[in-house]
Amino acid sequence: MLSKLENAIAKHQPQVIAAFFVLALAFPMIMSGSSYVMNISVMALTYVILTLSLNLVTGYLGTTNLGQAAFFGVGAYTSAILATKLGLPFLLTLPLAAVMAGLVGMLLGFITLRVSGRYLSIVTLGFCEIARLIELNWYDLTNGPLGIMNIPAPKIFGFTFSNLMSKYYLVLVLVILVVIVVSRMTQSRTGRAISAIKSDELVADVMGINVKKTKILVFVVASAIAGLAGGFYAHYISFIDPTSFNYDKSIQIMSMAILGGMGSIPGSIIGAIILTVLPELLRDFVLLRQVLYGVVIVAMVLFRPTGLLGSVNFKHILQRLRFHEMKAKEGTAHE
Amino acid sequence: MFLQQIINGLTIGSIYALVTIGFSMVWSILKLANFAHGSFYMLGPYLTLMIITLLGVSPVTFILVALVIAFLTGSLGASMDRVLLRPIREKKGSTISIILCTIGVQTVINNGIIAIFGSQSRSFPDPFELPSITIGNAVVSWMQIIIFVLAVSLMLILSKIVYGTKLGTAMRAVSQNGRAASLMGINVNQVIMITFFLGTCVASIAGCMVGLYYQVIDPTMATITSSKSMAAAILGGIGVLPGAVLGGLIIGVLETLVAAYVSSGYRDAIAFAVLIIILVVRPTGIMGKKSINKV
Repeated sequence: MLSKLENAIAKHQPQVIAAFFVLALAFPMIMSGSSYVMNISVMALTYVILTLSLNLVTGYLGTTNLGQAAFFGVGAYTSAILATKLGLPFLLTLPLAAVMAGLVGMLLGFITLRVSGRYLSIVTLGFCEIARLIELNWYDLTNGPLGIMNIPAPKIFGFTFSNLMSKYYLVLVLVILVVIVVSRMTQSRTGRAISAIKSDELVADVMGINVKKTKILVFVVASAIAGLAGGFYAHYISFIDPTSFNYDKSIQIMSMAILGGMGSIPGSIIGAIILTVLPELLRDFVLLRQVLYGVVIVAMVLFRPTGLLGSVNFKHILQRLRFHEMKAKEGTAHE
Repeated sequence: MFLQQIINGLTIGSIYALVTIGFSMVWSILKLANFAHGSFYMLGPYLTLMIITLLGVSPVTFILVALVIAFLTGSLGASMDRVLLRPIREKKGSTISIILCTIGVQTVINNGIIAIFGSQSRSFPDPFELPSITIGNAVVSWMQIIIFVLAVSLMLILSKIVYGTKLGTAMRAVSQNGRAASLMGINVNQVIMITFFLGTCVASIAGCMVGLYYQVIDPTMATITSSKSMAAAILGGIGVLPGAVLGGLIIGVLETLVAAYVSSGYRDAIAFAVLIIILVVRPTGIMGKKSINKV
């Protein structure tokens, strides 16, 4: 039954995408009455961006990155500091957040070149913690544990995104942008290089792929995307402090990526949405939210390591279906 | 002043060394980091505290409870392997899957403790109330001495097990080549489970020691110490017991010195900085063996 659904989706990919698009556009108009629902939607979309960024580096490239929250934090703090201390507008703080996060990502990328596989996860964990500790202790720059307050709402060309609905559309635009970037990147020659490196780094190197350059590129792009999410988040929530950008947050993003399926863009989207909405449904058990992420990771790893959509490639399903149809036609044609 | 810092550093360092040994042992056998190790380190003192509050604080009760809890925590660690990690190994799952599984367990235990006990720190009783002695400029409490001696004794016991018993030889065989070890008749799964048991048992005891030393426990101790023991294990050389001890002691002394002379806020960052530096400069660690990467 599930494969029937998959087949149906594979045959009508453009229609399915269009349908989701329309749904995403129409959603706030239906739901704008409830600011609670709108808030969750904006957060869900923010996590979609974060999960996509993690997916690039862990799903496609295969490196376990436990420190993605660090880039989220770098982006958020960059935006916040630029906006509150220098008064820069959103149109500048957002891209600068991405740039700053990308630069820090380049640093991590260089470190990962020198460190072999099984130590990598620990290094990324350490990276995340160091970033958080810097945010916590560099009082002059980041206000330390007090955090940064009164970050202005996003404003573009005089239009202030003051109500939730406008913020929703803003983040939706960012999501679409990120999806386009990620899918173009993974379906390009670079994407195939990334895939090759994941399968077997040594062979990829021998085949002529510039492994170092590709790895750094992936880290930079993934961090920049996470930084972009951070920049938006800072202006959205108007107050940030170091506790939002810790190891727990990295785990949260990781659980979303695992649930949705590593290496799958729709998977990341669905994983992020499910794991943002689900804890809200379990409001009564708010203390167990983080426990839920852990349980999801363990359950997924034990029972379905590829996640919900990790092993589902609609392009291949479509090809297989077309091939079978063609064979069936040939069979009847000979009679 | 400097002497005092060294003494303090060695005390906390010996506790780190205990945690690191268990971590390093599991790593050398399974070839991967058990991210849940720190959780068991934290579970010990929390469970001990819970039972002690019910039974009343006294030196004898404390020791008995701590030992029983250590045994239970060890069994929990071994069952984590049996129930969660072994199926993944048998299904030929990727190393990432196992690492993610331990991360999941870590998340569940750590946050489970927060959910049950709250995120504030809890005060840990001191049933012994021992005096201090003065050596020169430094004040050494008997608690520090006992901790150090106890830690060293546990390390020696573990060393004896690993280097002097049949079980230890089996452990080392499995860490060298699991397949060959099973061909030689070693029950690899059992050895792995026992390694988990020993490591987590000792970690639980270390956690109780930390509780006694600082008289406070809090839910962040798992991740912080977990990361430090990872750094210490890599610093000393993975899989080498004396290396793990050395790494733990160095990190303990280093962070105490930094906290005293530079800034206490960055105390926890030292271990990570050391980690990154060591991985870039000398990835095999101080006492580690250089392995040849076969193509």
